[in-house]
Amino acid sequence: MAKMMYRDAIRNTIFQEMQRDERVVVLGEDVVGGNGTAGGPEAIGGIWSTSTGFYDAFGPNRVIDTPISESAIMGAAGGLALAGKRPVAEIMFADFIGVCMDQLWNQIAKFRYMFGGKSVCPAVIRMPVGAGYNAAAQHSQMISQFVTNMPGIKVVMPTTPEDACGLLRQAIRDDDPVVFLEHKFLYAMSGEVNEDPDFCIPFGHARLARAGQDVTIVASGMMVRYAETAADDLAQDGIGCDVIDLRTTSPLDEEAILDSVEVTGRLVVVDEAPPRCSLATDISALVAQKAFASLKAPIEMVTPPHTPVPFARELESAYLPSPAKVAAAVRKTLEYR
Amino acid sequence: MQLNREALTRAYRQMKLIREFEERLHEEIQTGEIAGFTHLYCGQEAVAVGVCEHLTERDKIVSTHRGHGHCLAKGCDLDGMMKEIWGSQDGLCNGKGGSMHIADIDKGMLGANGIVGAGAPIAVGAAISNKIDGPDENGKLAVSIAFSGDGACNQGTTFEAMNLAVVTQAPAIFVFENNHYSEHTGVDYAVGTTRDIASRAEAFGMKVWRGDGTDFFAVYDTFREVLEYVRTPGNGPAAVEFDTERFFGHFEGDPQRYRGDGELDRLRAERDCLKIFRASVTGAKLLEDVDLDTIDTESLKAIEDAVQASRAAPRPQPENVLENVYISY
Repeated sequence: MAKMMYRDAIRNTIFQEMQRDERVVVLGEDVVGGNGTAGGPEAIGGIWSTSTGFYDAFGPNRVIDTPISESAIMGAAGGLALAGKRPVAEIMFADFIGVCMDQLWNQIAKFRYMFGGKSVCPAVIRMPVGAGYNAAAQHSQMISQFVTNMPGIKVVMPTTPEDACGLLRQAIRDDDPVVFLEHKFLYAMSGEVNEDPDFCIPFGHARLARAGQDVTIVASGMMVRYAETAADDLAQDGIGCDVIDLRTTSPLDEEAILDSVEVTGRLVVVDEAPPRCSLATDISALVAQKAFASLKAPIEMVTPPHTPVPFARELESAYLPSPAKVAAAVRKTLEYR
Repeated sequence: MQLNREALTRAYRQMKLIREFEERLHEEIQTGEIAGFTHLYCGQEAVAVGVCEHLTERDKIVSTHRGHGHCLAKGCDLDGMMKEIWGSQDGLCNGKGGSMHIADIDKGMLGANGIVGAGAPIAVGAAISNKIDGPDENGKLAVSIAFSGDGACNQGTTFEAMNLAVVTQAPAIFVFENNHYSEHTGVDYAVGTTRDIASRAEAFGMKVWRGDGTDFFAVYDTFREVLEYVRTPGNGPAAVEFDTERFFGHFEGDPQRYRGDGELDRLRAERDCLKIFRASVTGAKLLEDVDLDTIDTESLKAIEDAVQASRAAPRPQPENVLENVYISY
């Protein structure tokens, strides 16, 4: 085990996989940085410091700085993967998915199905998600609701450095296309990471981040942190919460959710996406359908409102879920009679 | 012209197979037996064959919604394609793709595509893969080709792909087939004032060629130069624009009210790549009419057999809808 930041867990895992498998290539905007400038290559190493040192180690053939062309990045990742490579593409901000949705949704996601199972497209698309930096409406969004809705795509949302490592290695070695959503607010968080070079976390297995008998909280990404803080606060008052970190939203560990709700009878879903047609509604529907008899109270959803992400600090705070909002939702489900 | 008798025969056979494949589909679609949208390549055969006759299985192509010609020319199985268009479980894609999504990765055919302009970025990705793999024992790179029409030349994806290919010096070739119609809109309207697609590619910093897409030999000879250039490490991508003709509508069922009086008859009489090929090779006494007539007969028979096989082929079952979304889930 070694203590490291989430961003370093991501950087180190890609680096190790590039050492292990020469088919792994990295592409994206400024993943090298400095090309065509006085500073020269490696001036940046990725704006999230997730590809620092890659260019010097692996060279321009395998560490590909692209122009600002998200459709070309996404499409090239698809073409590289169809041709037998294992691309790890970075879309600098997940919000830019709007520019390149076709190449993900109509192309990468559907190749295998459309082609009758005769293609393999092991592309990993890394996309930093989330608000909290006052980056406003086009650099702050959660996009899990779009990509989880895409048949053919697997969706990963790691919360801890260790999960970032184990899930990313699984994503790179996985033969299906994977969208890997890294929360910008988690990059600087530290934690213990398993250093086994083959450490992988299989998809579709949620992590029980906190255990309790009274209420089930389901969350992913940064929202797990809020849920954990809320659960720790509530524990002071003798309220026990199961906090289920989904880890992957596609595939979804339905069993972990349903098993917990059967015990607690109360569910709070925390989601950073707007409230309509989202993971929050999806999981609420799942529980309403498959664990209806277990429910003792209406399901609570903690989500932003149906608005774009606002800029000003006060507005962004009002927009986002928070530990206090999660705790309030937990108390509300417990007060229901 | 340096092709021997065998190569000439093969080229004509490929073009004729595509022609008869499309002519037969045009007939069968009227009966209602074939479902969905079909876009016929009829009239453009010299481009697909003139390009693909140079390629090996290491080379990759990405095609368009009008993809049957590219698929056949790149070596996709004729019966498998016909069965796919019929929606059979035995089709090349098990009835999951249909006309617009035929692919055969093992043959280097990375898919027709229902989205206009979507193919070029995918082809560039494959070309970057070719570059990573490096040259073969003869010092030549495998190439990846994006077939695009004059419609796709207006998509931003095509521009992004051309620029990325230049930036990465990837061995990609952009083959623009200008058939003068972007769906139902003329190239005079949709491609700026110049109508010149190759110049757009040139502006990205790549070498470009132009050729008459109704003349197989013009395509073949031009593309040999393009290929020689792009196969050479360090040269990067290139583009070529072929002027060609589309004999049917944008899609089957298109009333084609945008055509001029007598236009289709004139195209069939004066701009038919198969007639031009026949006149050229018989005039030069390279092949006799009887040789070509034999191929015509054989092609019709091959298509008839494929249609009969497609009618008899097993249909997909409802449970098949769940297959092949993921490799594991």
